[in-house]
Amino acid sequence: MGPLVPQEIIGADWNLFIAFVVGIGFGFVLEQAGFSSSRKLAGMFYGYDTVVLKVFFTAAITAMLGLLFFSLFGWIDLSLIYVNPTFLGSAIVGGIIMGAGFIIGGFCPGTSVCAAAIGKIDAMVFIGGIFVGIFAFAEGYPLVKDFYMSGSLGPIKLSDILGLSGGFFALLVIIAALVMFKLGELAEKRWPREEY
Amino acid sequence: MKTKYMNPYLAGVLLGTVLLMAFFFSGRGLGASGGVKSMVVAAVDVAAPEHTANSEYYSKYVGEGKSPMKAWLVFEMIGVLVGGFLSGAFSGRLNWKIEHFPGITANRRLIFAGMGGILFGFGSQLGRGCTSGSALTGMANLSVAGFVSMMAIFGTAFALAYFLRKNWI
Repeated sequence: MGPLVPQEIIGADWNLFIAFVVGIGFGFVLEQAGFSSSRKLAGMFYGYDTVVLKVFFTAAITAMLGLLFFSLFGWIDLSLIYVNPTFLGSAIVGGIIMGAGFIIGGFCPGTSVCAAAIGKIDAMVFIGGIFVGIFAFAEGYPLVKDFYMSGSLGPIKLSDILGLSGGFFALLVIIAALVMFKLGELAEKRWPREEY
Repeated sequence: MKTKYMNPYLAGVLLGTVLLMAFFFSGRGLGASGGVKSMVVAAVDVAAPEHTANSEYYSKYVGEGKSPMKAWLVFEMIGVLVGGFLSGAFSGRLNWKIEHFPGITANRRLIFAGMGGILFGFGSQLGRGCTSGSALTGMANLSVAGFVSMMAIFGTAFALAYFLRKNWI
């Protein structure tokens, strides 16, 4: 049955409308969870608020299990789901630069748009920075192209590398997440902070 | 203070459901930086069409029959703006504000926000996606790239937290 648009069960004309509706859900939930506050997001890295950990891993696990069960019931063809390809070197260095941007700027791109939507001026400045950073990458592309394209492993899955079934791998992720949730709860008691 | 936001585990289940719907309907996950990339490409294409046509980077996205703004992530990000605004209106959180730790000035907060945005923008292109597109979506479909991005982003932020502590605590 699914995915509906790639299998032309729903016309491709509807795809951008679906994107818009999905975006509304995405933005609404991020804001309700408190991701529109840089101080709440940064709390993750100082232990006073671990909402990022809880929402992020609960969401990843929910979607992961959803995909596995939908596939099991024959509701979705996983071979038609886009899996982002792995380029090890650029993924690691890009991730390091993003991590620095996160702790310096207090947002990531999705959360900054959500925060700007409710009037946070610091988020609007952060978004301006994203434009500058992407423009710098685009203009400097010839310089970084070789590194950007190196270490290509294709759209590989971690479960396949480890030789585990998707379901068993998901179970390990759930156990790891439960341990981290517990650590998060302990951290919030250890480094409490009110009024932010 | 803390009760005014949704329970984080409930929010996680809802966010995961939104992500699952993106997979089920469109065969792809969420994203954010990719939408901004499309806007950068479109803006440069308007300002300097010859430059985009000749550039190795921009030429992938522009030209006959290609419109960088008619992209899934652009429409999704417009939705994020609307959804975030609706949530803020619903919960009484709409107001112009420079949010910062009281120990620093608003100007310092803005300077660091701008620098962080520049780094995140650049890194998201090098890393082929940000926290939503690479880390969250990638983890949900068990992609190696997703787990690598997640660990690199959060690991670096934790490693640098000590040096940035005066901005936050």
